[in-house]
Amino acid sequence: MNYSLISMEIAVVLLGLGLLLADLWLAPPAKVRLGYVAAVGLALIFGWSFTFSGTPSALAFSDMYVLDPLALYFKRFSLLAAIVVLIMSVGFAERIAAGISEFYALILFALAGMMFAASANDLAMLFVAMELITVTFYVLTSFQRARLASLEGGVKYLIIGALSSAFLVYGIALIFGTTGQLNFDQIAAVASKYEDNKIFLLGVFFVLVGLCFKIAAFPAHIWTPDVYQGSPVPAAAFLAVGSKAAGFALLLRVLFTAVPGITNGWNHLLIALAIVTILYGNLCAIPQRNLKRILGYSSIANAGYLLLGVAALNNAGRAAILYYLGGYLFAVLAAFLVILIVMNDAEGEDISVLAGLNQRSPLLAAVLTCALVSLAGIPPLAGFFGKFLLIRAVLDEAANNPACYWLVAVACFGVVVSIYYYFGVIRAIYWSKDPPVLSPIPVPRVLGAALVFCLLGMLYLGLFPNHLVETTQDAVKFWAGR
Amino acid sequence: MLTYLIFLPLLTGLLLCLVPRNYGFFMRLAALAATGVTMLLAVALFLQFDGAPLGPSHAFKFEQQIPWIPALGISYHVGVDGVNIGLILMGAIVAFAATCCAWEIRSREKEFYILLLLMTGGILAAFCSLDLFLFYFAHELALVPTFIMIGVWGRGSDKNLATFQITLYLSLGALVALAGLIALYLRAGAHSFDLVTLMQAAAKQPLPDADQKLIFPLLFLGFGVLISLWPFHTWAPLGYGSAPTPTAMLHAGVLKKFGLYGLIRIALPLLPHAAQAWAGTIAWLCLGNLVYCGFVAMRQKNLNWVIGYSSVAHMGFVFLGIASLNLIGVSGAILVMIAHGFLAALSFGLSGYLEQTTGTLEINEMGGLLRRLPFLGSALLLALFAGCGLPGFANFAGEVTVFFGAWKQFPVVTVLGVWAALVIGGVYMLRAVRGILHGPVPARFAAVQESDWPLRPLPYVLLILPLLLFGFRPSLLTDKIWPAAQSVLAVVTPADAAPPPGPTGPPKTKPARLVEHQP
Repeated sequence: MNYSLISMEIAVVLLGLGLLLADLWLAPPAKVRLGYVAAVGLALIFGWSFTFSGTPSALAFSDMYVLDPLALYFKRFSLLAAIVVLIMSVGFAERIAAGISEFYALILFALAGMMFAASANDLAMLFVAMELITVTFYVLTSFQRARLASLEGGVKYLIIGALSSAFLVYGIALIFGTTGQLNFDQIAAVASKYEDNKIFLLGVFFVLVGLCFKIAAFPAHIWTPDVYQGSPVPAAAFLAVGSKAAGFALLLRVLFTAVPGITNGWNHLLIALAIVTILYGNLCAIPQRNLKRILGYSSIANAGYLLLGVAALNNAGRAAILYYLGGYLFAVLAAFLVILIVMNDAEGEDISVLAGLNQRSPLLAAVLTCALVSLAGIPPLAGFFGKFLLIRAVLDEAANNPACYWLVAVACFGVVVSIYYYFGVIRAIYWSKDPPVLSPIPVPRVLGAALVFCLLGMLYLGLFPNHLVETTQDAVKFWAGR
Repeated sequence: MLTYLIFLPLLTGLLLCLVPRNYGFFMRLAALAATGVTMLLAVALFLQFDGAPLGPSHAFKFEQQIPWIPALGISYHVGVDGVNIGLILMGAIVAFAATCCAWEIRSREKEFYILLLLMTGGILAAFCSLDLFLFYFAHELALVPTFIMIGVWGRGSDKNLATFQITLYLSLGALVALAGLIALYLRAGAHSFDLVTLMQAAAKQPLPDADQKLIFPLLFLGFGVLISLWPFHTWAPLGYGSAPTPTAMLHAGVLKKFGLYGLIRIALPLLPHAAQAWAGTIAWLCLGNLVYCGFVAMRQKNLNWVIGYSSVAHMGFVFLGIASLNLIGVSGAILVMIAHGFLAALSFGLSGYLEQTTGTLEINEMGGLLRRLPFLGSALLLALFAGCGLPGFANFAGEVTVFFGAWKQFPVVTVLGVWAALVIGGVYMLRAVRGILHGPVPARFAAVQESDWPLRPLPYVLLILPLLLFGFRPSLLTDKIWPAAQSVLAVVTPADAAPPPGPTGPPKTKPARLVEHQP
């Protein structure tokens, strides 16, 4: 038993418990600042994570837990997201009536779930990690008890989350019932015997559906816009970034470590999932006027783009997913930061609130524009390079499977549609007629620093992608031999 | 040298971000200085570049290569040969002229000049680039400012529609071309986006025909949308009509040539068999540009729309030249690209000036303005004459070369094309001349006057001069173009790699000196 492998998770959980304890003794104004303490703590853990190399990959807890470069990548990713989200939460504190320390602690517990998910090598571990994330998010999404929209979002998330957990656990039961195995490596060893077993296939399919809930992909995507709209801004941001990334970590491990043979046979299913998700997200985003709902639908569309990397069935695709998530992290967090600051000022989330943002705060206008442009996939920002890598990976596979051309065509179509609705927002920022208010928006210094950090991240990944490309290629290298 | 050329405008643009926004005059000066120095650099580059025949392997001058994303075989690789040297010169001159014409912008000057400089740097980088990724990246860098400029500083009531239309059309075109470029990278199997590496790989082992037949349509359609190939041209007149003058000048003049340049630089040498298979289709499609868009231009009542459609129509010549796949045709196509760049920038610059002076561009409302506006009128007259292909302008040299080149393969198309160029082009250009410059002066224009600022004509003079210079001495360009075009075509039609056939070329464009250069 090697406890040192989970030391980062232990540190995160201890930090969360420490916050809950500190809450008992601190005066209310000091409680708000606990968020900074947590962020600094996470920053230290983030730095500490670089002392782990993950090579050779190490297993622990009867091989349920694996620490390899892929797991480390996702752990660092979640830590980074959580740091920014905690800073956002401090800015959001005044709108949370009570229990801000619990809010911080729940973010940390969700983070622990994401970090365990990054290392899951066993269906039981997968289920526990996923439930840890989902259950904490049930609370986080409905944290503003006095707001009806928040409660509505929470209930929707609860119902669909429970449904997909049911699918997931049923699927795990079917897999365990047929093969007698829970460990990914052991399932992989026997999976070839069960490739014709309908019950086994049904089990894998149910697990896939359960994971689609986490990544907000068809067929379990329906909750996304409502929950993004209703939940507190930091919770929505963490849901959009961290939860989606954890879902992809699990999806990659299940599909390519546990059942690679079945995944290869299901290439058309994966292509269809990606196509439907891209079309649904992008087309439904067109008529939206609420900025958070636009981001919700764009999150569905982005899940579709990320599925491109899964459907490509090659290492280039898996590396592209990791890269794309990196660019997505900065763009989405930047967009939610701007929403947090602007909507703080004006109660309402309609695009029209953004009118004249250019005059009110050039920094906010520039950052939101860059975030949307990056999400749309236009150079020189990170999103472009992510899409470039994904399309490249799919075209690589197209030599074996001509259906991939359709996938690329739909992806290109989706990008053009997304440019349409993102530009609608940008137009509101820069050239809407007669903006109603023109008072400057104050940007708190810490939030401003977080904004600049996200902006630099987008630019760095867009202009100098080499370092992250190499990191992501290393992280998925272990699949090459399989 | 090329790197200075590219990064001077880009870095100036970035530095301007730091200047407070009430220093509008300083921004203008800085932008003028940056584009002016860029132009001088480009002229120096053009003069230094000698058109000496290149060896059997396609060699580039002023090459520079710096690894950028080695994990994917992407590098910052720039260089020039005869195909792009003229385009770079043209781009730099147009960029300076456009910056001069940007005086009309009076709001949010800071953002405008930053975008203008980014666009200039992007354009030059795209034309210098010898790496497929850099090529695309730089094009997008230049394209995105176009959308923003039309949206924010655009003219007319349709500017929102124009912004959306041009954004969606061009993004789609660029994406399709990107898919083609990636497919090309993957199928070539060289694990490199580097054009030189790809060409060497293709020389050893050409791509299988099946792959070529797959990739060429992607590149052709993607670039075709960017070039406003019929029937994907509808974004162009509306977009140019709504764009602020400097943007229309830069986009119609230079950026639009990106797609054509991509076809000649990438599609022809790397996908020769597919290019041959598609040549017939391209030739017939170009009639859509030449004839259909020419007819549409005849019906227009607004000068900007006439110029917009005529600029779409002129793209037909270039397509025809490329489709002919022989030395004369392709050289002619490159010549038309350069000439049309000057011409389009000149026309849009003048129409912007005219609108500023008279407040309208409706042809029916104007008249007799040659008397009121002597310089502007004469310059417009020259531009419109050049547009209908009058000898003495570079356009004539290019167009006639294209027709000579295309005659062998596509006699029917060529006849129709000549007819379109001479008759249709003549009709709408002369109509515009009559409507705007001749006849009685309407009362409301009795008092209009040109700006009395002595430097106001500078950008237009700068654009007219090369048109005339290259019109009377096309050999200044063709001497540089021929060797490069020859090595491009050596891959496509090996038979043509032999010294070009004697008497088919027009005397002007094929000077005797050229013969000495043949190996």
